[in-house]
This record gives sequence, C-alpha cells and structure tokens, in this order.
Amino acid sequence: MNLSLLIIVPLILAVAGLLVNSQKQVKGIALASGIAQLVLAFWLAISFMLQRKSAVSEFLFQQHFEWFRHLNIGYHIGVDGISVTMILLTAFIVLAGILVSWNVKRMSKEYFFLMQVLAIGAYGFFISLDLFTLFFFLELAVVPKFMLIGIWGSGKKEYSAMKLALMLMAASALVFVGITGLYFFSTTHGVHDFNLLTVADHPLPTDKQKIFFPFVFIGFGIFTALFPFHTWVPDGHSSAPTAASMFLAGISMKLGGYGCLRVAVYLMPAGAQFYSNAIIVLACIAILYGALVTMMQTDLKYINAYSSVSHCGFVLLGIGILTKTAINGAVLQMISHGLMTALFFAVIGMIYERTHTREVSKMGGLLKIMPFISTLFVLVGLCSLGLPGLSGFVAEVTILVGSWQRVGAYYQWATIIAAASIVVTAVYILRATAKVIMGPLKINNSLGEAALAQLDGRPAANWNERAAVYLLAGGIIAMGIAPFLVTDFIYPATDFILQQLSFK
Amino acid sequence: MLEYIFLMKQELMLSALIFLLLIIYLASNNLVTEKVLTGINGLLIANLLLGFWGNPTGNLFGNMYHTDGLIVFQKSLLNFALLVISFMAYDWLKVHRHYLEFYILMLAALLGAFYMISSRHLLMFFLGLELAGIPVALMANFDLGRKKSSEAALKYIMSSAFASAMFLFGAGFIYALTGTLDFFELQKAATANPAFLFAFIFILAGIGFKISAVPFHLWTADVYQGAPVATASYLSVVSKGSVLFVLAYLLFNVFQNIFITWRAIIILLALLSMVLGNLFALRQQNSKRFMAFSSITQMGFVLIALAAGKLMSTSALIYFILVYLFSNLAAFGVIAVVMDHTGREDINAFKGFYKKNPSLAWVFALALFSLAGIPPMAGFFGKFFLVLAVAGSVNYVILTLIALNIVLSVYYYLRIVRLMFMDDAETSLNRISVSRMPKWALWICTAGTIVTGVMSGAYEYIATLVKSVW
Repeated sequence: MNLSLLIIVPLILAVAGLLVNSQKQVKGIALASGIAQLVLAFWLAISFMLQRKSAVSEFLFQQHFEWFRHLNIGYHIGVDGISVTMILLTAFIVLAGILVSWNVKRMSKEYFFLMQVLAIGAYGFFISLDLFTLFFFLELAVVPKFMLIGIWGSGKKEYSAMKLALMLMAASALVFVGITGLYFFSTTHGVHDFNLLTVADHPLPTDKQKIFFPFVFIGFGIFTALFPFHTWVPDGHSSAPTAASMFLAGISMKLGGYGCLRVAVYLMPAGAQFYSNAIIVLACIAILYGALVTMMQTDLKYINAYSSVSHCGFVLLGIGILTKTAINGAVLQMISHGLMTALFFAVIGMIYERTHTREVSKMGGLLKIMPFISTLFVLVGLCSLGLPGLSGFVAEVTILVGSWQRVGAYYQWATIIAAASIVVTAVYILRATAKVIMGPLKINNSLGEAALAQLDGRPAANWNERAAVYLLAGGIIAMGIAPFLVTDFIYPATDFILQQLSFK
Repeated sequence: MLEYIFLMKQELMLSALIFLLLIIYLASNNLVTEKVLTGINGLLIANLLLGFWGNPTGNLFGNMYHTDGLIVFQKSLLNFALLVISFMAYDWLKVHRHYLEFYILMLAALLGAFYMISSRHLLMFFLGLELAGIPVALMANFDLGRKKSSEAALKYIMSSAFASAMFLFGAGFIYALTGTLDFFELQKAATANPAFLFAFIFILAGIGFKISAVPFHLWTADVYQGAPVATASYLSVVSKGSVLFVLAYLLFNVFQNIFITWRAIIILLALLSMVLGNLFALRQQNSKRFMAFSSITQMGFVLIALAAGKLMSTSALIYFILVYLFSNLAAFGVIAVVMDHTGREDINAFKGFYKKNPSLAWVFALALFSLAGIPPMAGFFGKFFLVLAVAGSVNYVILTLIALNIVLSVYYYLRIVRLMFMDDAETSLNRISVSRMPKWALWICTAGTIVTGVMSGAYEYIATLVKSVW
C-alpha cells in the first residue's frame, strides 16, 4: 500500500475540518478521520503480513523522493514490523482520543485540527527512513501538544505547556546534534547522507559513536521519561485535556522509545554496547523511583503519570539490556503501555467529568453508581500491575526474562530491582482501587451533596465513551490472551536490529 | 551603452523611480495620496518583475562593479522585501504628510544596498554602505510627533558614523599594507600578518555594526523601538540582508587566505549574539524591542553558518534570509496593524488576541513558529540548514550550544503564542479590520513561510545558483 496515505488522509481531513462551520460537521469529519486512520492501519498490517514472506528487504512499501537534493535529504519512507505495530497503536489511540473528546465545546475546530496534526507527526515519524524526515515529524508533534495543553488544559496549564514544550524541544535539539553527527561521520566516499539505511550500512567509527550515542539516546529518552529528565511527564499529563493526555502517554512517549531503538541502537550499535550499563542504571532508577513516587500521589492523573515513568523505564531497560528477548519486550511494553495508559486516562477523564474531582481521598464507592467505568478502572489497574491475561504481563515478563538472560550479576541485580517495582505497583494500584471503587459511596467536590444528585442522570458511559474504551480494552485483552498477534510483527524486525549488534 | 543598461538594470530602475518621485513631489501640489501610493506600489511590482528579466553577467567601471545571476537574485530578494514593506506601511503612509519623501529615502537606501552587493572594490563598497545607511537614519525619524523617533534617528546616525569610521580605518590600513583596494587583488595580497589582521578586524567591526552582531548591537533595540515599524522592518530585513550577502562574499572570496582567523572570530561573534540576544529577549515587554533582540539572535544563527564550507553555508545563508524575510515581515506586519489600531506596542496588547482576531493571531503565531524554527514552517528548514552547514566543521560542544540556544529562543516566541491563545484579554480588544494592502502582504508572507520550506524548490534554486556562480 501507499504509505503516504497515512499522512495525506489525516491532513486532508484536518484541513477539511477547518473549512466547515457547524460543530457537528467538525466532529463528524474528525471521527471520519479517526476511523479512516484505523482502517488504513489495519490495511497496512494485513498487507504487510501478506507481503513479508516474499520480501527481500526488511522495510516494505518503501517510497523515495528527493527533497533537498543538494544536501541528500530525501522523503524516504518504509515500514518494518515494529513501525507497523506502532502505527496500529497510534490509530487506536487517535480514534479513542477523538471519541472521548466528543464533548469539547470551546474552539472544537482548532482542537480536532491540532489532534490530527499530532497524529500526522506520529505517523510520519514511524514511517520515516530518512533522519531528516524523522526529525521533521518529531518536531512537528511538539507544538500541537503545547497548544492542546495550554488552551484546553486544566490546573497550571500554561506552566505545564511551556515546560513540556521546552523540554521536548531540548530533547529534539539533542537528537538534532546526534543526527548531524550521523550525517557527517558515516561517510564512505565523502558523500553525506541522511538515509537511515545508508547510515546503517556504513556505521560511524566507534569513537564517534561514543560521542553521538548519548545525544540521540538522551534526546529520545527525554520523550520516554528517562530519569532524571522525566519531570515534564507528571505536569504535562495532569494538565492536559483527556485526549491529549492519552496521546502524550500513549504515543508521544513511544516516539522516544522507537527513536532510541531505531536511531540510537540500530545506527550506533557500538555506542549502545558501550553505554548499556549506564542506561540500565537510569532505567532501574526510573522504574523504582517512578513506582515509589506514585505511591505518594493523591491525584489520579498524577498517579497514572508517575506510573508511566515507571512503566516506560521498563522500555528503556529492555533497550539497554540489548538481548533479543529484552528488545522484543521493550517493543511489547511500548504497545502495552500505550494502550493501557490511554485507557487509564480515558477512564480518569470520565470519572472527572462526573465527579469533578480527581483526588483519591475525595471519592469512594464509585462501583455503586458507575459500574461500567469502575470495572474498566479495575481492568486497567490490573493490567498495570501485570495480571496474566492482560497485555502488561506479556510485556513485562518478556523484558524481565530478557534481562535475566544477559550473563552477569550486574544484569541480574537490575532484573531483581525492576521486578521489585511490580510489588510497589500493586500497592498503589490496589490502594487507589480500594479507595475510589470500593467502600461506602462518597464524593466530596466543590458541588458537595448536589453532586450526587446531579450524577443520578448520567452515571453510565455515553456511546462515544463506550466505543473508545472498548477499542482500547479490546486491544489490551487481545494482546494479553494472544500475544502472537503482535509478536509476529515484532520478532523478525528486531532480528535486524540485533544483526547490527555483534552479539545476540 | 546597452551593456551598461543591461548589467545595471536594477540600479537604473531604482534611480529612475527615485527621480520620478522627486519630479512628482516637486511638480504637483494637490496629489491624491491613495492614488499615488497605489501607483508607487505598481511601479515597485514592475521593478521587481523586470529584475528577473535577462541573466546579465559582467564587470563595469574597471572591475569596480560586478553582477551575475546570484547577485541579481539577491537584489530581487531585497526588491521583494521592499515591496512587502511598502504594502504593509500603506495605512501608515496614507495619513503621513511626507509619504513621498519616505519612498525616496527608502529607495535611495536600497540603491545603496545594490551598489554594495555589486561592489568589487572597497571604495565602491564603502560608497554603497553609506548610501544604504544615511537614508535609514532619516527614515527612523519619520514618526514626526514622537521624541523617541528622533532619538532613534540620532542613535542610528551616530553608531552608523562610528561604524563607518572603523570601516574606513580598516580599509585605509589595508591600502597602506597592500597598495590596493580591489577585491581580486586583495584576495592575493591577503596574508595572516598581524597588521593585516588588525585591519581586517576593523572592517569586520564596521560590518558587525550593520548586522548588529554582539558586541556591536547596542543601538539595535533603541532604534527599533523608536523608529516607525516600516523602518524597523526595513532595517531588520533589507539592511541586514544586504550586508550579510556582502559579508559572505568578502569572507569566502576576498579573505579566504585568513580563513583560520576569521572563522574563530565569526564563531565568537555568533555565539555571543545568540546568547545575549536570547537573554535580553526573554524578558522584553515591548514588542519592537523584542523583535530587535530576536533579530540579534537570528543574526547569531546566520553568522555561525559562515564558519563552514563555502557553498553549503552561502546557500544556507541566502535561503535563511529568504525565509527570515517572510517570517520577520509577517511578524512586523501584525505588530504594525495592532499598533495602528490600539496605539499599543507592549506585548500585553496581544493578551487574548485570538478570541477577537483569529486570523491575525494565526498569522502572527505562524510567523513566530517560523522564527522559532518549528516545522512545518520554513524557519525550521532555514535553521536546520544553517546549523547543518556548520555541523561538519565545528565540534559537538559548539553544536550543542547552538542547539540549546534554539531551544531558549523557542521559549520567548511561544510566550507570545501563549499570550495570544491562552490568556484572557486585559482590555476589551476589538476586532481589527485590516485594510486591503497590508492584508495581501500578510497573506504573501504567511504563504511564503509555509511554501518555501516544505516545497524544496527555493532552496534547490539557491543552491544551484550558488554552485554555478562561485
């Protein structure tokens, strides 16, 4: 299939949404765009599977146009198994995000436009095989986040928006330094090239890899909440409107993980091996520290934001360990965490819309009045703590097995520390569940007793909310019960990354 | 004779325009302002279009004057900038008593810039530099009622005179050392002996004043603030652009023997401009002062590209000026519109701007995104190429410094976006209706910031041109 459709279709529909006037049309076009993206993503996944058997190159559906000829910059796109799963994830979350923002009244036109620009940035990033194009799409996705948080957010939204924009811009700046390094030092005949495949064939000399690997890895790592650069995550997530939170945690953080894998590890294998131990330390800190900090949070959004730091630490751990199983696990964890955290934010958003509070201590016994939403809360909580049968278990176990496989007490201690965090996760998830879902009914918000009366009318989820959560919960359960649906895509693709690394 | 006309077509057209305006000014006393302004804008369009006709290459006046495809393109770029400025200043000039003089001065300054770009001799260069400088000082004084405006004019003329003196001192020294002022002979005579470097530094300082590179930037903020918006935008785009074109030529051709020396100086100037420009821009409350410091920072980014290989950095530089032209003029255009309607030039005038004026707010926001280097705006490509040009020849520490400066600059551009989109209005800001001419100019600039980037044609054209000429 033509991969550019993933950019063109949302772009056309996003612009079309700007041209119409009525709220209904705007929302209709946004929904159409979300559905079209999901259809395209499934079509891509199916045709990828059908064609892979006979394919020569790992990257299918390649297209290459010259863009800036004098600088060897091309619009070069193509997908491997990892990108296909990422695109599917993006399509799921975008559609769910559009569905949960069905009630956005203020400036809805701009809202859906920016959402779709974000989606375009993500798709473009995942399909890029040219470092310039990749960087272009990476930065394209930063400013819409700033606008979404700053305009439609809550709390100290301006502060959070600016903090997020600056930290992500700084991250891109580091990535930029890294890719210029790749451009200039991976030369064979004095010709510099941004093409990912060319750079992979002519890797940098080892001393240059040692210089530029940290730039790329830390740059993308900031997107994935690499400790100690994770501070944008809690503020950004908690101030953002629901759909933007879903997008931030579900996709934006995955841009970082994918970038670490595709650019940092794939193109600079020697650098990856050199810094492997350092990455593992940082990842373990993020995992444990994130989990411990989550225990102290009282705001549901903060709970999920800090737990994202912890879960994304697993992604970085998987990448840092550099064994096949661990890298597979890292990709699985990206998908699992993407779906799970998006669902969690959607559920929190629904609870907030009804109770007007996100404080754990102010709520209780919600199961009695909104059973559907509460059930989902429990489901996603269990997924987060790694219950077998749900996606979180598959991903985290794969990573832990992979990291145990790497020989050396150092790595086994890292595994033990990471595994220990699961206990902490259980503590905060079960405690939040117990307080919010179980127990006697109580809601203390600014409305007081009137809140309960007001709730009577609409405890159940609306059709749009139902559709969104079915989508995401379906993904979590499918991946938990039948991991092969995803791993069939991922495993062959990670082989190519491991071929770059000298050991397997 | 025909050859003269052909080679100097752009200069001759400007001169003809200047004389035409002078005659109109002297001959008639009951002019209809709107009609004259429309006529002038029509002539400027004709002037721009005629500039593209033919592809002259050659030397005149004993090699003092040179023209080729690249130079014609550079001049057309400046012509275009002048046209946009003229469109944007329409409302302001319409009610101005001395609008004809303003045009005469602006065109004279542009003529000076043209001679400067074409010069292949230090004296010719100096002539152009002065002609491009002195009328601008007068233009700075064109808000006749405001004291700040006179102050700006005085500051500009003083610092400009000082810069000229430095330049002349350097040029004199060079003449004493080498016995020539001709660029081609200087190229051979340039050596790295201390006296020559001394002279070179003085010349560079003189030029540094014009592009307001730190530490020669002190006049910039005051002049931008005091001068009318049209003059400020002329200063920031045309004046700086023309000097940068020449600077690139001087460094890469005339002074290429002392590459090692000037490279270090340029990197130093560039980093200083970036850092100081950024730090001062962070807390500016006046939108024109803000644009002044932002332009100092942008000059830092341009200068850093000069520290790289000849072809790549010249293409990146010219391309960046094209992009900068669109984005900076759009930003100045919106500031001018708001000033005309509210009389306010502080940044808080933009609070809650989006609610009543969505399209103006988007134009301003897109211009700021472009200045900040955020895709898909052209500024992203401009900055990327500038830094890419230099990335191969400096170490990664400097590269990281540049990248972090870009991030720092994002803060204050986004600060204004935040004011416009996220804050509530302080005062009851009304809907501003923009009149026809400025609206066209804003549309052109916005389209330019979008198209010149994603469509690679502009850069490809410039890169091919630079390759073919140099």
